[in-house]
Amino acid sequence: MPTIIEKIFEKHTRDRVEVGNTIWLDIDVRTARDFGGAQVVKNLMENYNENYVDDASKTFFTFDCNAPANTIGYANNQQICREFARQNGIRIFDVNRGIGSHVLIEEGIAYPGITAVGTDSHFNILGAIGAFGQGMGDIDIAFVFKTGKIWFEVPPTIKVNFVGMPSMSWTAKDLALLCVKELKGKVLGKAIEFYGEIIDALSLDARITLASMVTEMGGIIGFIPPSKEIIKFCEERTGKSIKPVYAEDAIYEKEIDIDVSNLEPLIALPGNPSNVKRVRDLPSIEINSVFIGSCTNGRYEDMKIAADILKGKKVAENVMLKIVPSTREVWKKMMNGIMKDLFEAGAIISHAGCGGCASGQIGMTGRGEVQVSTSNRNFKGKQGEGDTYLASPATAAASALTGYITEADSI
Amino acid sequence: MRVKGRVWKIEKDGKLLDDIDTDMIYHNKYLHIVDKKEMRKYAFSNLEGWKDFPNKAREGDIIIVGENFGCGSSRQHAVDCFLALGIKAILAKSFGAIYKRNAINSGLAVIECKDIDKANINTGDKIEINFESGEIIKEGRLVAKAKPMNKIQASIYKAGNLFNYAKLI
Repeated sequence: MPTIIEKIFEKHTRDRVEVGNTIWLDIDVRTARDFGGAQVVKNLMENYNENYVDDASKTFFTFDCNAPANTIGYANNQQICREFARQNGIRIFDVNRGIGSHVLIEEGIAYPGITAVGTDSHFNILGAIGAFGQGMGDIDIAFVFKTGKIWFEVPPTIKVNFVGMPSMSWTAKDLALLCVKELKGKVLGKAIEFYGEIIDALSLDARITLASMVTEMGGIIGFIPPSKEIIKFCEERTGKSIKPVYAEDAIYEKEIDIDVSNLEPLIALPGNPSNVKRVRDLPSIEINSVFIGSCTNGRYEDMKIAADILKGKKVAENVMLKIVPSTREVWKKMMNGIMKDLFEAGAIISHAGCGGCASGQIGMTGRGEVQVSTSNRNFKGKQGEGDTYLASPATAAASALTGYITEADSI
Repeated sequence: MRVKGRVWKIEKDGKLLDDIDTDMIYHNKYLHIVDKKEMRKYAFSNLEGWKDFPNKAREGDIIIVGENFGCGSSRQHAVDCFLALGIKAILAKSFGAIYKRNAINSGLAVIECKDIDKANINTGDKIEINFESGEIIKEGRLVAKAKPMNKIQASIYKAGNLFNYAKLI
């Protein structure tokens, strides 16, 4: 029997869906962001004379990398996209809206079982709601704007079974980091399906965190079969009845068991997201800045975790705490008091967007600066010239308070 | 469909290099360049031992590399620099997923051959690759068998690139 990705593909192609076979895939949602978007427009203009867009109602621009633009390059690129969108009747989620993949879920544009592509290498985040999402280069995205299709090689699927339940405190980020460590090199170019007691209980926000780091695991996409809560959310947002795609008796290339009974706060050391250690095994490491946000940990629950730790306290004197909610909707929800708690603890709070990566609006790290970040990549130079540790909002908030890398439970 | 060309084995101490990432192929400090002809000067310009590659390569040459070629970022420059040099094909044990897409979409022939390191091929040899059968021929003899291009890849290659192909469908 087919896996989730195979079932979704079967509904979106006339070709034979078989692992290793290259098929033409119909794409329901076609997007470009401010990174790559202008290049998509340029490709379309250079190669075609008119009819640039197959279906404007399925095509979107989402600006999130640099919002609003703080370099002239980004400002120009955003304006190129805006003008093209206006001329072609394409809807834009502009710099006030937040991270594209999250906005699509909130708006009910992305929902279980659909196919979507964008110029964002973390677009596979849509696996969090059981949809197929994929980040691609500007040639592919221009092609999909024009034709509504992409070619895609059907990948094999690996089934990941989480065994047991943690007895210590943990967050979805710790689970994601554990997976990066355990799955690196085993899932390259493959789809993943996640199962286990720990998965069934995950909220939408937690699912987004886990799905967002499949890119760092080396996988194509990680599907988390939608729970009742996810289906209810998507039905409310789409106004439609949702029938998710589930795999039954599917044949997998391989099954991998990961024991989570000992899961505890984890952290990736600077240089590589797979260089994962237990927070408590680290020596005392002084930090200069903390970033809480990104497509991995910019949701309301992440902010709530941080605020619960920071409420009524002050960040350490020499620490800069930067907070970027992932979307305007998250921002609005934080006005229930969380925003005030974070502000009074000493945080700088930016408007919605990516923030930390790709020279975002919240600023970068300088040479010698040590940062704890809740984002997903810490390759050299990615978030500035400093050293970036990747951790959960709980570890990040606790570290902001003490001024050195700290487990939340120890304060 | 076939190409014939002179071979460059990208190797160190007799072993094909694995995991050559897009920064080694085309460093991010040259990302601002938009003129494709200029990009030719920077192919492998950050790969230890191969920085002079643009001076040595000739139009029509074929590159042979190891596993996971082109892993890393999605930059198109890492494909365009080889097209600008006139490289006819890249034969690798495997490619990074995005690199493979970018190359196919741009009309650069990328051919996978798991056993290419075992074939009797040396730098400077002339080989012929048949894209449909995957056969690799040297001096009239079959020396290795690569994965044939799939139908879609072959169609895009024939059309020149993905944009031209879109005009045909």
